[in-house]
Amino acid sequence: MEGEVFFRMRGIDKDYPLAGESVHALKGINLDLEEGDYLSVLGPSGSGKSTLMNIIGCLDTPTSGEYILRGRAVEELDEEELAELRNREIGFIFQNSQLLPRLTARKNVELPLIYAGFRPKERRIRAEAMLEKVGLKDRMEHLPTQLSGGQQQRVAIARAMIGEPSILLADEPTGALDQKTGAQIMELFQELNDEKRTVIMITHDLNIARHARRVVHIIDGEITEGGLRDA
Amino acid sequence: MRKRIRKGFIMWGESVRMALDNIRANKVRSFLTLLGIMIGVMAVITLITTVSGVSGTISSSFSSLGVGTLTVNVSGSDQKTGMTPEDLEKIAALDTVDGVVPTVNLAGRVGYGKKVETSLSVTGRNAYYFQVNEDLIIQGRGLNFIDDDNHSYVCVISQNVVDKFFLGINPIGETLYVAGLPFTIVGRYEEDSGGGVASIFNTSPDVIVPYTTALKVNNSDEASSFTAYLKEGADSAEAKTEIGDAMDVIFDFEEDCYTIASMETIEERMETMTTMMSSLLAGIASIALLVGGIGIMNMMLTTVTERTTEIGLKKALGAIPWQIQSQFLLESFLLSVFGGLCGAAMGLILSYILCQVLGTTFVFNGGAIILGIGFSAVVGIIFGWAPARKASRLNPIDALRAV
Repeated sequence: MEGEVFFRMRGIDKDYPLAGESVHALKGINLDLEEGDYLSVLGPSGSGKSTLMNIIGCLDTPTSGEYILRGRAVEELDEEELAELRNREIGFIFQNSQLLPRLTARKNVELPLIYAGFRPKERRIRAEAMLEKVGLKDRMEHLPTQLSGGQQQRVAIARAMIGEPSILLADEPTGALDQKTGAQIMELFQELNDEKRTVIMITHDLNIARHARRVVHIIDGEITEGGLRDA
Repeated sequence: MRKRIRKGFIMWGESVRMALDNIRANKVRSFLTLLGIMIGVMAVITLITTVSGVSGTISSSFSSLGVGTLTVNVSGSDQKTGMTPEDLEKIAALDTVDGVVPTVNLAGRVGYGKKVETSLSVTGRNAYYFQVNEDLIIQGRGLNFIDDDNHSYVCVISQNVVDKFFLGINPIGETLYVAGLPFTIVGRYEEDSGGGVASIFNTSPDVIVPYTTALKVNNSDEASSFTAYLKEGADSAEAKTEIGDAMDVIFDFEEDCYTIASMETIEERMETMTTMMSSLLAGIASIALLVGGIGIMNMMLTTVTERTTEIGLKKALGAIPWQIQSQFLLESFLLSVFGGLCGAAMGLILSYILCQVLGTTFVFNGGAIILGIGFSAVVGIIFGWAPARKASRLNPIDALRAV
């Protein structure tokens, strides 16, 4: 839509109560993104990058500040609306792939479509197409335990992609993988970005972060450089 | 709007499937949890069905036993402890009364030849008893007025006595020893047919002797209870008043010398007793259900803790809190309803067997089954609510970090 803000963060603060004291996990974050961006958020552990990911992913709301995703002010949404927004706009990829162990690869991929209200037949067709795309055509009916770490992460990526979200949000996507498999996953990310998919990758590893077209550094809850495109 | 409904429909279908999957994945645990509910429902249904069967049998045997009779128990006063034969005649002569049958219990062992039995009961009755109950005698004769007047040492025996002493022998004319005294057997009578539990309330004795003889053996001349048979068409309440007046005269207007019970009042009392009993038993059984419910709650809480990651993930993928809650609620609901169904089936089988053993009629009690299953469903929802709510309230971030 013309004129609609895709992604804008202004003055995001996040405070946590911890043992009676308030911890400032994020301090005045400003971040802009356009569709088709490939961004890495690079920072050591404890820098606030997980908190930032949760806020980007609408899993958590900021204490103060403004966050607009696809024209909607996230901080004004209730829990149910947040769930819907996550379902539609965000594709999560976690470090440990987080597949449900009792479901087959295909069923795992179908999960977001269940919450979006797709019929079983349509879910199946889409899930199969998506698994084929990540190169797991012949592994669809396997359980996660029957797949290698790299294959599991591919299933997770297929699951993240199936709802055609605006943003693919990955938290240390190669953290649990060996170097070679990690590189393959990075290639897959590149392909997805080439298809104009927005990718945000949270990592502490500079070698991984380098794959992105833009890198922002986060230290002590503050983005030190590159947050605003025109800055 | 339509889309929302469709979405809800799909969600419910998925929730049912996921719930079943999870129950199946923890077969042993689910079964053990289910067992609590199962036993509870089984107990409720068995108790209600059995008790209603028993009370039905009791009341039907009562009504067959005693329409048109009043039973008078005499406790007597200091001057006069019971009813003499003359007193009984006075009662028998009343307008509403057709006749009276005194009951005089005789303690003592019963023997034949060298065999002695302690478990047989001996009661003194009169000729009138055999006159009004014509069908009673199946062999020989009943007692007659000559036996009463002469204090004859004769007796009428039941099948029970035949089984004990006279297998393959014709008992008529044989001599039976009661409390050491010889009685000539003159007849055999058939006990009231109501067997099983009803026999507890069956007053049929094993040996019937003339009551006058029984009084003599007891060294007394007063009977402590009798049954008045009313004239046909006589009003029970009217007869009760008339007998009461006569009894007052006999006992010189002293208070608390006797009680008059019609079968109707006994029946009523029985009914309140069985109702009380069944509600008491159902109450006890529902404690089992309560314990079963706590078992379900415990299991669901464990499940929620175990599946923290799964819950977090589903939330991240777009599940709204209510979807998470409904899934867990459904799980405990299905679990307990399934337990309820199993329990109902087992309860029916068990109560059928019990009814056979107790000799009462098995009555299919739909109300008890609905109650049992409905109760277990309610238990599932109530005890599943808190764990399900806990699951839905989980913060997705904390949930995902739990690994």
